[in-house]
Amino acid sequence: MKFAVLVFPGSNCDIDMLKAVEDTIQQPVDYVWHTATDLSEYDAILVPGGFSYGDYLRCGAIAQLAPVMNEVRKAAEQGKFVLGVCNGFQILTEAGLLPGALIRNNSLKFRCHPVELKVENANTAFTNAYEEGEVVTIPIAHGEGNFYCDDETLAKLKANNQIVFRYNGDNPNGSVAGIAGICNERGNVVGMMPHPERAVSELLGSTGGARMFASVLNAFASQAKAGAANGAGAR
Amino acid sequence: MAQTTAAKEPTIEQIADQKIYKQFGVSDSEYELICQFLGRKPNYTEIGVFSVMWSEHCAYKNSKPLLRRFPTTGPRVLMGPGEGAGIVDIGDNQAVVFKIESHNHPSAVEPYQGAATGVGGIIRDIFSMGSRPIALLNSLRFGKLDNDRVRYLFEHVVSGIAGYGNCIGIPTVAGEVMFDEAYEGNPLVNAMCVGLIDHDQIQRGVAKGVGNPVFYVGPATGRDGIHGATFASEDLTAESEAKRSAVQVGDPFMEKLVMEATLELIASGIVLGIQDMGAAGLTCSSAEMASKAGNGMELYLDEVPQREEGMTAYEMMLSESQERMLFVTEPQHEEQAKAIFERWGLHCAKVGKVTDDGRLRLFHKGEQVADMPVKALVDDCPVYNKPSKVPDYYLKNGSIDTNRYEQATDLNDALKKVLGSPSLASKEWVYSQYDYQVRTSTAVVPGSDAAVVTIRGTRKALAMTTDCNGRYVYLDPEVGGKIAVAEAARNIVCSGGEPLAITDNLNFGSPEKPEVFWQMEKAVDGMAEACRFLETPVIGGNVSLYNENAKGAIYPTPVVGMVGLVHDIDHITTQEFKQAGDVIFLLGETKAEIGGSEFQYAVHGLTEGRPPELDLETERRLHKTVLGAIQQGLVASAHDLSEGGLAAALAESGFGRGLGATVNFESNLRPDLALFSESQSRVLLSAKPEQAESLAAYLEAQGVPAQKLGTVGGDRLTISVNGHAAIDAPLNEFRKEWKEAIPCRMQ
Repeated sequence: MKFAVLVFPGSNCDIDMLKAVEDTIQQPVDYVWHTATDLSEYDAILVPGGFSYGDYLRCGAIAQLAPVMNEVRKAAEQGKFVLGVCNGFQILTEAGLLPGALIRNNSLKFRCHPVELKVENANTAFTNAYEEGEVVTIPIAHGEGNFYCDDETLAKLKANNQIVFRYNGDNPNGSVAGIAGICNERGNVVGMMPHPERAVSELLGSTGGARMFASVLNAFASQAKAGAANGAGAR
Repeated sequence: MAQTTAAKEPTIEQIADQKIYKQFGVSDSEYELICQFLGRKPNYTEIGVFSVMWSEHCAYKNSKPLLRRFPTTGPRVLMGPGEGAGIVDIGDNQAVVFKIESHNHPSAVEPYQGAATGVGGIIRDIFSMGSRPIALLNSLRFGKLDNDRVRYLFEHVVSGIAGYGNCIGIPTVAGEVMFDEAYEGNPLVNAMCVGLIDHDQIQRGVAKGVGNPVFYVGPATGRDGIHGATFASEDLTAESEAKRSAVQVGDPFMEKLVMEATLELIASGIVLGIQDMGAAGLTCSSAEMASKAGNGMELYLDEVPQREEGMTAYEMMLSESQERMLFVTEPQHEEQAKAIFERWGLHCAKVGKVTDDGRLRLFHKGEQVADMPVKALVDDCPVYNKPSKVPDYYLKNGSIDTNRYEQATDLNDALKKVLGSPSLASKEWVYSQYDYQVRTSTAVVPGSDAAVVTIRGTRKALAMTTDCNGRYVYLDPEVGGKIAVAEAARNIVCSGGEPLAITDNLNFGSPEKPEVFWQMEKAVDGMAEACRFLETPVIGGNVSLYNENAKGAIYPTPVVGMVGLVHDIDHITTQEFKQAGDVIFLLGETKAEIGGSEFQYAVHGLTEGRPPELDLETERRLHKTVLGAIQQGLVASAHDLSEGGLAAALAESGFGRGLGATVNFESNLRPDLALFSESQSRVLLSAKPEQAESLAAYLEAQGVPAQKLGTVGGDRLTISVNGHAAIDAPLNEFRKEWKEAIPCRMQ
């Protein structure tokens, strides 16, 4: 399985994301520049955190216009796996791949600390190695991670089981319904504010994020199997 | 020499007759000297260039004789003071690069941008050496938090540091914040950056090769920050507010691009010399690069990217617009360099040429507008040996007996006051605004004695800390200076690291005052002695003078930034108690020393007497012993005893995992003095029960005085002195005071 870690000017969790893939599931992974126009060789696309283009406008608003984002949209449509973390989540909402928006934390301050997350949906491509209802510790680090959507969207998210993670206990940023991460209807695109790539080593504080990488490897294997069973290529 | 074009600029004669140079901090005798070097009177651009190059900030004209007293070499030192940052070998062809720098004056008038650009500047110093920045630290001082202006400064300084460091993606892993009236109106904002480099990638700021082109990269030059270096070299007054234009505006996104592109450029191997444009911008970088190569330089100012129309030579040379770099390469590599920058969306402009005439010559609009000898600018600033005088307060303090205070009897209350004092209280309010985990290498996060950052692909890690207790230094600069170095080293050792070297930031009042100069001399002597003794040379640093407010000079605050090498990640140790049943030991001797202590300040409302003594031989033995115990795997937790003494150290060790402790301390001192004394060279260790005997035996063999105090566990903190309960309350009660002290005041 081959992974792409997108790099926009101002991405700063790109290295961490790439190393997390190498350290947890030992799969091939490349940095892919924001100007790339072909992602066909990749099975999963990881959109890392940071401050793309300085985030001087709405976070992710410029990044979603980068040439590579058209390819990400195509990949998502094809059922490939897409994960956006922090700024990556903001970019995916700006790109229309996920509903809702991320606004300023209600504390009006950047917040960096570990949080407890409750796994609400253990059926997505990135959470199938967790148990539903399980609580994991993964750190956050953001100034604009307050998830917002209108009531209608929230009802849809609930109805389609698109809420992937909620903050367990304290809501660190004021997110609607304590939402920390969501997925699209198909479950192949996930966005979240906490940083699973920072939670893959005991030495660095926690391993709560490691199984997200294991999950996508599972999902890829099932997809390949299903494809084979259907007598057609998975892609 | 052509007079520059803008009509509003004073003429050569006006500068001389009206002594306009004085506005730039140039004295009459310095002006005469400049005239001699030039063989004529300087024009406006030239006097501007000289004034910044000859400012304290760039020339260290008042502090140079003192800085020579520091030891600056050692077996591991690859580069000492003089370049952007010092470099220390850590084996395997790797080295660590670090430096600290102040942005006190800018932060006093424009706290967000002042602090942010302080961070930006120190990061450039690190990557301009060819090094990848891996961590940021900061050392901050403010007035008391019950003052609105202080709260404003504190809030915005922290947010400026966060804004810059978080965006550029370098973790802010450690630091210190202290509050005292002495810093009211003149906060201290010192930022430190640590980077990693391979030996063969080390760069220097030299303009090599006559005829080679000089390139400018980064955003266009604007009118911001003009005379920032001069502004930083004078007292802050009520008029300082009007100098907000001397404060630069930061753009961390731009710096991220410049950093990545610069590191790529350096890795390509085509750079001959590179330097960032920090204080005194284009002036300082061009003059210093030429000087270090023994060359000259011509600059074509029309080629300098300009943000505003009609900028004069004077403005371009003195602007401190941020995120700019100057580099030299051979002509045939021009296209390759441009391609690297273009990939990052940056433009690099050819703005000059290396010459062999030893002069810095500026051309603007077809005319030569300045012509100055490089050596005069860089090396020939007069150095002053200022008069020094023992201050009256110091003499008076010698006869104050700090043990005369009435005995504090409610020690639960005393501990709450000490822990609830903002200087000692939890700094979570501060560091939770910093991204301390980006780059996923932070093994020990803020809140322990030192931060520890791992080095990917190796078993090694780096421990880092900043330290200085300004009250100690005020009460006795020599002892206080020694303690600053010793405590930094103790913090490194307690984290499992071997102290390597220091960078220092000498924050003092006006050197024109003999009493302040005395503080500088004594503090430097103390630091130098400790550095020699503990084998931690000074590899670079910064001097910030004229830190004064309406009431006089700040406390002398020579901040020590230290980096240590953790030889194996298994040695990484934190201050928090690990589990119930672990046995607690106190190493070192406790004397009746509360001069300058947090107890004296928080409980008695005083800062007087003499600070604790420090014996360097004792200190060195303690370090060797603690590090040895850690490396043998005998230690579960280690915490250096500092502000708040034994009582605070026990409480702090328990807060991490919510573990109480029951201890008894045998001492011939009054309980309040025994528990809150800040005697130096003491460390609290805990060990697993099955290892407690081995640890005790090891400590005895090393000849370090040690006392078994008791055990970790329960939800109460119970401290007895000679069998009599002195402190006894639920740990959470203490934790609440400690945790909420700052957030409550900032609401």
